[in-house]
Amino acid sequence: MITLQINGIKKQVDVDSETPLLWVLRDNLGITSVKYTCGIAECGICTVLIDGEAVRSCAIPVKDVGASEVTTVEGLTENHPVKVAWIEKQVPQCGYCQPGIMLQTVDFLSRQPDPTDEQIDDAMDDVICRCGSHPRLKNAIKMAAEISSKQGG
Amino acid sequence: MHAYMTRRTFLAKSSLVIAGTVLSSRIELFNATPVQAAAHTPFKPHAFLEIGADETITVWVGQTNLGQGSHTGIPMVIADELDADWKTVQVKMAPAAEPFKDPVWHVQTTGGSTSIRHRWDMLRQVGAAARQMLVEAAAEQWQMPAQKCTAKEGKVFHPDGSSLSYGQLTVAAGKRAVPDNPTLKAPQDYTIIGTPRERVDIPDKVMGKTVYGIDFSIDNMGVAVLARPPYYGATPESHDADAAMAVKGVVKVVELDNSIGVCAETTYAAMQGREALNITWSKGSHPELNDETLDAQYQEHLTKPGAVAQNEGDVETAFAAAGQTVAQSYKLPYLSHAQVEPINCTAHVEKDRCRIWAPTQGQTVFQMTAAKLTGLPMDKVEVMTLPAGGGFGLRAEHDPVVESVLLSKALGRPVKVIWSREDDFANDYFRPANHSRIEAGLDNSGKVVAWSHKLAVPSVMTRLMPQFVKEGVDPDAVSGVLDMAYSVPNKRVEYVMMDLPIRVGFWRSVGYSSNVFIVESFMDELAQAAGADPVQFRLDHLEKGSRPYNILVQLAERTGWGDPLPEGRGRGIAVTTCFESTAAHVAEVSVGPDGKIKVDKMHCGINCGTAVYPDGIRAQAEAGVIMGMSVAFHERVRFKDGGVYTANYDEYQILRMSEVPEIEVHILEDGMKAGGIGEPVVPSVAPSIANAIFAATGVRLRELPFDTNKLSEG
Ligand code: FES
Ligand code: FES
Repeated sequence: MITLQINGIKKQVDVDSETPLLWVLRDNLGITSVKYTCGIAECGICTVLIDGEAVRSCAIPVKDVGASEVTTVEGLTENHPVKVAWIEKQVPQCGYCQPGIMLQTVDFLSRQPDPTDEQIDDAMDDVICRCGSHPRLKNAIKMAAEISSKQGG
Repeated sequence: MHAYMTRRTFLAKSSLVIAGTVLSSRIELFNATPVQAAAHTPFKPHAFLEIGADETITVWVGQTNLGQGSHTGIPMVIADELDADWKTVQVKMAPAAEPFKDPVWHVQTTGGSTSIRHRWDMLRQVGAAARQMLVEAAAEQWQMPAQKCTAKEGKVFHPDGSSLSYGQLTVAAGKRAVPDNPTLKAPQDYTIIGTPRERVDIPDKVMGKTVYGIDFSIDNMGVAVLARPPYYGATPESHDADAAMAVKGVVKVVELDNSIGVCAETTYAAMQGREALNITWSKGSHPELNDETLDAQYQEHLTKPGAVAQNEGDVETAFAAAGQTVAQSYKLPYLSHAQVEPINCTAHVEKDRCRIWAPTQGQTVFQMTAAKLTGLPMDKVEVMTLPAGGGFGLRAEHDPVVESVLLSKALGRPVKVIWSREDDFANDYFRPANHSRIEAGLDNSGKVVAWSHKLAVPSVMTRLMPQFVKEGVDPDAVSGVLDMAYSVPNKRVEYVMMDLPIRVGFWRSVGYSSNVFIVESFMDELAQAAGADPVQFRLDHLEKGSRPYNILVQLAERTGWGDPLPEGRGRGIAVTTCFESTAAHVAEVSVGPDGKIKVDKMHCGINCGTAVYPDGIRAQAEAGVIMGMSVAFHERVRFKDGGVYTANYDEYQILRMSEVPEIEVHILEDGMKAGGIGEPVVPSVAPSIANAIFAATGVRLRELPFDTNKLSEG
């Protein structure tokens, strides 16, 4: 049995400890907002936050998560600046890549609360969106940063 | 529906289907949250539409939600004619069923940017018929002529200002006959079409609530992955089923025709089990096939005579008389769809029914395939379409339904088949590579008088729609060439069909995705040979007042075409008409001394007749620029040892954030019927950039993806 702390709730799962966190979340815990795309840490679409830091869940065995707090997109409040901005800027097309990119944004903005365009490019260059939502993504990231700064972080 | 069935019988028949049959119960079954527990039977004037007593207006859509926005655009059309209150409109995905078949193609499918353009009249009539019934029902209650009543935002108004809501009128309206010929609005009366709306599926997608095909699960479901041949024509020579079974969670190893399925309780166990199979594969039928041998084969085919696809005027005589001839060759690679959600399908085969849940673009194909494999009649096969993480044409292919049906049969329980990313690249039906050669003759005034064009391309339609392949010509392979808008008095097009083991299929904008690059690059080369401005040269070969003519003029004006640019910068233009819309792109690029190209700005002009959902069009146009640029700079599938070499996104780069330029979309309507969007916005991107690079550097790039080394050499 492995104990995980997910979106503030303790969960117990009976899995091989080498299983990537991605599959434990999806298949054993039914948290399917965490998406499989490449499985080789290339696309960023399976991203979750582990103690606030963006981690590619396809590349981390569940045993390495330990007692850390795992956050998926459901763990962000409905009025989280990133969610508000994503709707306001009408970002998603197919939407499949978005939960991972949103979580990567949360991590990025926590380190870079007032990012320049170049910093956004840099941070988002390692995620893939096949649908081409990039211009809206960029606008939404800026808007989320603004909302957060108004809310005082 | 048959072609001979008139619209009138269609409206009547569809409402009949929805009113009486299993369809409504299937819908309930599929939707975890039924529309609503209405006290009254909702008013259902048509399969596409129902109105509840609680004012909820439900639009049933038969097209797949691939992220293209038609789940918002389609309801906007119906709601406008209905004079609905948009806030009360909800959208539901319909199961595979007769009324949802494409009225032109007679199958239920999502492709060819047809969702609205093939139903432009039908969708409006559905809304208008329902509005008429509601207005008449109110008029009857008020005992006055219907002409005196008006409808607005979900209510019918009495001349004295009092009103009855649509919800209050459902019972009375439901008793009326569906009118044959409802009056449609004049475009100036649209209140929803063409207005800013938020996309209905976005909130769930942002909250992480959307259940895509790959996320679907049902009680007692197993998950399966399959080992498929890594080389064309290869067969498994040995495998270790026991080792696979020894993996915890694996429940069964099933040998299919030329693949081995591993079924397990979880995806990871299935993948581990497949690993453990340790299969030895034979070398396959084409061990020599690789990038180099393929290239040589294409080149060789280009020297062979092809099937004559078009022959107008007298090309030989025109060449003999031409003042100048220009000849060039172009090469485009195989492309993967690379949609982010891997292919998947869930099937549950039972004794007297079969249910399929899939993010499919081909509902009818899936239904037919499952019926054939199970021996069940079509009406016992239920296909439920789930939202898809992109598709771009690949999701109409039936492979996953074959696999999941066979495995569900073998296991006697529901099975979800998942392709890993590696499976997805290896088993994709690629956009075919295209090698083409064109020769053109110009007269002394710089007019094109002869055009001789030969293409070597594998045929997609021979496999998918053989009835359209006539006398050796695949109409898709030559699209964008036969129907190019430029008038050339003497034109000959030859098509050399390539017969290769590589699987090819439809890819966003199909034949146009290749041929527009070739034609629009070559037109630029001809302009240069004629010493003409690229826009003026195109206009000189277009019918004045035609859509491509107008869009070039408008876009040139809006982008400051002709304004001088600093050294090292250039502008390029390209245009195409396809799927009943016309799109053009102007690219602005700069090239550094190291030969590094930067696309500074892209303009997309799109004339889709009537712009139904402008923000959705803008989103698709932005997406088209990004996909087109990705193709221009990066995408190419590689082959090795008789199989697909490209295995994952690390070897198949797609455009990243820092490469995305500023994009400006110009929606240029001309009031005609609504045309396609998803596809027309792609083809002219790459040639506009190639033309801009030429303008900036004098180097012409005739191969995709661009070999940027040529620029530093050049
Ligand atoms: S699925 Fe984990 S990075 Fe792509
Ligand atoms: S929205 Fe489809 S991949 Fe990003």
